[in-house]
Amino acid sequence: MPYTPELKELIKKVEKTRPQRVERKKRGEEFQPMTLKEREEILQYHPDFKEEGRREILVGPNKGYRIAHEMVDLLHAKSRVDPDKIDLSKIDYETDVLILGGGGAGTAAALLARKQGMKVLMATKLRLGDANTMMAEGGIQAASKSTKDSPYYHYLDCMGGGHFKNVPELVETLVSDAPSVIGWLESLGAMLSKDDTGLLSTMHGGGTCRKRMHSAGDITGAEIMRTLRDEARNFPTDIKVIEFSPAVEIILNDKGHAAGAVLYNMETEEYLIVKAKSVIMATGGSGRLHIQNFMCTNHYGATADGLIMGYRAGVPLCFLHTVQYHPTGAVFPEQSEGLLITEKFRGAGANVLNIDGEQFVYEREPRDIEASAFIRECMVRGKGVPTPGGKPCVWLDSPMIDMLNGEGTVRKEFPGKWILFHRYGIDIAKEPMLVFPTLHYQNGGLEINKRGETSVPGLFAAGEVSGGIHGQNRLMGNSLLDVLVYGRICGVSASEYVKNGYKGGKLTLNHVKEFNAGLDKDNVATEDRVSPMLLPDYSNPEIRRKQYTTQYVGTIR
Amino acid sequence: MSEEKVKSKDELVPIFFMGKCYEVPSSLTIQKALEYAGYQLVRGCGCRGGICGACGTVFRYPDSYKIEVGLACQTVVQPNMYIAQLPFFPGNKATYNIADLEPNGSVFTALYPELYKCIGCGTCTRSCPMDIDVLGYMSKAIRGDIEGVAKGSFDCVMCGLCSGRCPAEEVQFYIAILARRLYALHMQPRSAHLKRAINSAEEGQWTEGIAKLKAMNLDTLKKVYSEREMEPHMGPEDWIPGDTNYVNVD
Ligand code: SF4
Ligand code: SF4
Ligand code: FES
Repeated sequence: MPYTPELKELIKKVEKTRPQRVERKKRGEEFQPMTLKEREEILQYHPDFKEEGRREILVGPNKGYRIAHEMVDLLHAKSRVDPDKIDLSKIDYETDVLILGGGGAGTAAALLARKQGMKVLMATKLRLGDANTMMAEGGIQAASKSTKDSPYYHYLDCMGGGHFKNVPELVETLVSDAPSVIGWLESLGAMLSKDDTGLLSTMHGGGTCRKRMHSAGDITGAEIMRTLRDEARNFPTDIKVIEFSPAVEIILNDKGHAAGAVLYNMETEEYLIVKAKSVIMATGGSGRLHIQNFMCTNHYGATADGLIMGYRAGVPLCFLHTVQYHPTGAVFPEQSEGLLITEKFRGAGANVLNIDGEQFVYEREPRDIEASAFIRECMVRGKGVPTPGGKPCVWLDSPMIDMLNGEGTVRKEFPGKWILFHRYGIDIAKEPMLVFPTLHYQNGGLEINKRGETSVPGLFAAGEVSGGIHGQNRLMGNSLLDVLVYGRICGVSASEYVKNGYKGGKLTLNHVKEFNAGLDKDNVATEDRVSPMLLPDYSNPEIRRKQYTTQYVGTIR
Repeated sequence: MSEEKVKSKDELVPIFFMGKCYEVPSSLTIQKALEYAGYQLVRGCGCRGGICGACGTVFRYPDSYKIEVGLACQTVVQPNMYIAQLPFFPGNKATYNIADLEPNGSVFTALYPELYKCIGCGTCTRSCPMDIDVLGYMSKAIRGDIEGVAKGSFDCVMCGLCSGRCPAEEVQFYIAILARRLYALHMQPRSAHLKRAINSAEEGQWTEGIAKLKAMNLDTLKKVYSEREMEPHMGPEDWIPGDTNYVNVD
């Protein structure tokens, strides 16, 4: 659906201010970035700071911690399965390393564990590779140009972006391993954008002081994911993959070590037991919880499963009180609502504008600051652009990119987005886009150390399910990096544990029983909730209401 | 979950899912229409944004003989369309050690000998939801043009729709990823600056600097952060910072 006549009229205001803005940019003059103090002030408009949006956790290691209702709902819920019904003596699969999740972190871990001589089993909810990694568009940070950049600056940027709350040793590992991760991708044959001398293309991202955002067109995550997946499938005997079978509980042994998982085959609806010598949690994030009703950019399976399973097994949570809203989610046309418009557009020079076609924020602030500025402009100052659906939003002036970098740049650098909008009758090289913050990333998660270890021996965690690396706010390009750095580390750590630390023991789900009992004892209202959620419910409530026989009645349900 | 739950204010149109009629709001994509009709999707739904290839779908319009294909998450319903999802299509992937392969045309035929059975009918191109010239890259594969296949197939989401309709039973998307990996590994030049950065990091060249940052009190760290030098947006590739203590100097 092309822009409506009303919106076309408003675009004229953008066009009017555009030549001067382009000139200023060419001269190197930028809209004044905020000081640290101004940043602190504007954060009051960020959804994280809405007290009525959260409540205390009443059970487990983080009793008293206030996080989003949608997450607490899942923690204050019973297990999907009655542990007493499960016969742990009937083992369906046995493996050295069990990996829960088939995204970037899980697949990287699988490849590294295999290298260490491990037999690997991956259990994924959807298909191998169906994960947020696949959807990351903008790029991957690494200080690969050492005459102007180094992990020192990457460390600084990462800490500043996370409001200096990040766990320093986790950041140090992240930035120090970054160049070798790019080298690993190169050695796997991932098609990174580079010129014919081997010079990797790098750009700025929000909160970076050096251009260190590497990319593969505008589908960086997809290129990385499909390459890792292809590589994992080259070893079908060492890396076994069970798709459409998410884990619902971790199994411990009588020593309290991780010893496997209960899987749920979503198609046959049976539960399966995996016995493993070590377990890597790589289940990803939680955008599909739609915290505070925000639209979201995430994958269908992003429902916080790993947080719940890990928490029940005793792993503390951290940094979950902050959630990342990506400043630029698509708003128009309605079919594209929530869709991620990569930060690379702003990295490439596109300004952000209000209804008058005026700048109100520097376009490369860290994400939470940028998102807060949009919310203030629309909700407080009333300068948002009204959409036909009634939601206010702001302009992202993509046509500037061609004017700055030459005709055809938008088409070449953002082919995916160009085609998508072209189908809707919008040429983003000529017309700006309408955007508003959209739920994007779970900043926190299970507590880990720099070896990817959790507090439970034999249980490791990597990627979005873990917390601490990004502090209270992740910078663009640090999540693809995080999944690969820590996925690889977990692959190695878990293998070393199998070789040196693994003790064996009797399998048990007592921790699940105790968690359930704890909920009852403290009278925590669980209503009829069960978790993990596994999939969001987007079906028509009218029809759900009429599904009277969800249990077997006679031969069918 | 407000925005995902469909708004039913739109006008309702009939669609036929696997032959069965449902009335759904006209603005929905096929994916959301199925959910509106009461399906809880397990197969055929991934990114919901046109990049993962999980939702390949085949459909026909009432007064056309043509078989149409598309991604369910990207295609808006039309009245009276007949729909069937094709979320999985069997295809055998060859296994290989990418580093040991020779980047020449015989790789394709060694691993996917059926390549030569392509009859050039172009059905694959007409079936591709990403508007990729699939026949074009398949012809290049036959000619051994690895770079051509790699670049021509870059946007492939591996949905399998091309393969599903191919009379020669090709697995186009596996040939495509093989080409991209061969091209990137063996034909694109390795990055020298990356190698240097890896060496510096592995030799621990920045450990001391980072240790200093780690030891700083919060106020000093904030000051160092705020005063860090910015690489200009439009600056040249070979820009050098004023402070070269924590970068390599040539
Ligand atoms: S559909 Fe198959 S046979 Fe026809 S052109 Fe494409 S690859 Fe060749
Ligand atoms: S080339 Fe084939 S597998 Fe790839 S996107 Fe097109 S139809 Fe799908
Ligand atoms: S759901 Fe991923 S492409 Fe449609």
